[in-house]
Amino acid sequence: MSRLKTFTNGFIKENPAFVLLLGLCPLLGVTTSAINGLGMGLATTFVLIMSNIVVSLVKDFIPAKVRIPSFIVIIATFVTLVGLVMEAYVPALYESLGLFIPLIVVNCLVLGRAEAFASKNSTLDSIIDGSGMGLGFTFALTLLGSVREILGSGSFFGMKFIEGDGMLVFVLSPGAFLAMGYLVVLINKINKKTA
Amino acid sequence: MAKKESTFLNMVLTLFLVSAVASTTLGFVYELTKAPIAEAKRQKKLSAIKVVVPSFDNNPDGEMFKVPAGENGTDSLEVYPAKNGEEVIGYAIKTYTNQGFSGLIELMVGFELSGNIHNISVLYHAETPGLGDKMEEKKFPKWVGQFKGKNPSEHDLRVKKDGGELDAITATTISSRAYCDAVDRAHRAFEFINTQDQ
Repeated sequence: MSRLKTFTNGFIKENPAFVLLLGLCPLLGVTTSAINGLGMGLATTFVLIMSNIVVSLVKDFIPAKVRIPSFIVIIATFVTLVGLVMEAYVPALYESLGLFIPLIVVNCLVLGRAEAFASKNSTLDSIIDGSGMGLGFTFALTLLGSVREILGSGSFFGMKFIEGDGMLVFVLSPGAFLAMGYLVVLINKINKKTA
Repeated sequence: MAKKESTFLNMVLTLFLVSAVASTTLGFVYELTKAPIAEAKRQKKLSAIKVVVPSFDNNPDGEMFKVPAGENGTDSLEVYPAKNGEEVIGYAIKTYTNQGFSGLIELMVGFELSGNIHNISVLYHAETPGLGDKMEEKKFPKWVGQFKGKNPSEHDLRVKKDGGELDAITATTISSRAYCDAVDRAHRAFEFINTQDQ
């Protein structure tokens, strides 16, 4: 697989959210607005890239039987780090994402890439895979966040364009599933055409 | 993949090393971010105080005192006096309730000396986006507008469903009730300060 393909895979073909359906808990939880989705996506991307790098560096020193606990500790370290830095320098964003930052630890996307890709490939490839997957996830979160914000609150990245409320259901959890479902249909349709 | 064999010693050593490195790193980052985090929290509190009381020129943060709250006196609220020169012009009281739709809600309630509410600002809540979060002034000014300039001793600051005179936020009676509960707690603390002063 060429490096470019490794990178672009994460976007449409193997988009972690829309095609692999990984990491749905934060996906549905935080995407009440586009900016939340973007923030969460970038935080996840950072964790993904960093843990991919470290995992690919230490893969030869870790006995197979304890690899999962080791990976989890590595991932948890980066997540806590992101949480602390966010709280210190972007408190407003930290407040709206607060609950979901620690959940990146159990985001199967991060562990999934560590196990399926980084533990078998070189560091450079792992970085590329991490960025591709991470940006794909960010793209999905931002897209879902925008759709829900436009329909639910009548605004885009916080800028109001209609008076009053939109369809409230899209801001609530059921709306997350609805919007997600239709986006999955759409992406699959596009994928089928290009395949 | 792994070239190392999964012997007992290897596994213990690896896990030990991984955890040791991880905890050391986190320790360093925690130390680095401790000051900025405290500063960010302080700024947030200060800006909330500025919103809820008339303009002041002292440092309310440094003059904070605590008053007992609740029936059994086991709990206390933080009170930030706002002063112009030596004269106290109002109190910002940090109050809370646990009756929100998602538990804890923290408010900063500002009282003028007359007992009128000057303004209220939401410090923390986890209510439903689009519904309960309308208690924030920037999202739904009408709600907090009902409190401004009113003295809780003279007005029944509860939602209409409970026999009070406030219009609850649509479809958000529980959050509205909780908000009133927190304001009431702050008002009791304010009364307590008044009886102490006399």
